[in-house]
Amino acid sequence: MLDCKRATALMSQGMDKKLGMLQKTSLRLHLMMCEGCRNFNKQMRFLREGLRKFPQQNS
Amino acid sequence: MENELASFRSDMLKFAWLQLRDKATAEDAVQEAMAAALSGKRQFDNRAQLKTWVFAILKNKIVDIIREHARYRNAGAAIDEIPEDAYEDLFDDNGHWQVDSRPSTWGDPESSFSNQQFWQIFEICLTRLPDNTARVFMMREMLGFETEEICKELAISPTNCWVVLHRARMALRLCLNDRWFRTENRDAGL
Repeated sequence: MLDCKRATALMSQGMDKKLGMLQKTSLRLHLMMCEGCRNFNKQMRFLREGLRKFPQQNS
Repeated sequence: MENELASFRSDMLKFAWLQLRDKATAEDAVQEAMAAALSGKRQFDNRAQLKTWVFAILKNKIVDIIREHARYRNAGAAIDEIPEDAYEDLFDDNGHWQVDSRPSTWGDPESSFSNQQFWQIFEICLTRLPDNTARVFMMREMLGFETEEICKELAISPTNCWVVLHRARMALRLCLNDRWFRTENRDAGL
């Protein structure tokens, strides 16, 4: 059973490489049950979007 | 066009410094990018198009510099500026979120993109990342390198690379959370 600490590491790793089927399944199950990790996942995606937009700011 | 380019200089310097972490090297990169842009003599319909183009040139210059400097870096040495236990206290002994550190919703975070103050906080949070951690993170997220390429360029292991990226994201998330999304008086975050 995946804990939150491991789930956050997997979510981050999933942004850099394809996760295995078992990793994806256990992460999906964990996210169904854990609101904190769902929020974390959304925040990671928001950070990536912000980093993409960042160079175009300030002018 | 020269005046337009000059107006981007400050943003370009900030952008280059965030990746290179050295003022003189960042200035060199910007100078070279501006010279290349001026010699390009391309026409643009608007300022945003010109800025996108000149930043693309700057990114290429930064990549060249990172590659050049990687040759002199202590090849093979792991990057571990953010300690392994830096985020341990976010979790309990079973690896679940502590009650007061469990991520709560950021509401409609995309609305922050139109707020200039948000971007100032964003920049502060990026600046606070340790140098080598920031370099790996920026290579991945701003310069668009795949992790395999980062490993090769910086001579670090894939595992080290993923750990560095994860810790950088944790640091950036916490910083934005504390300085922007959980701050009633957002001026305090600056």
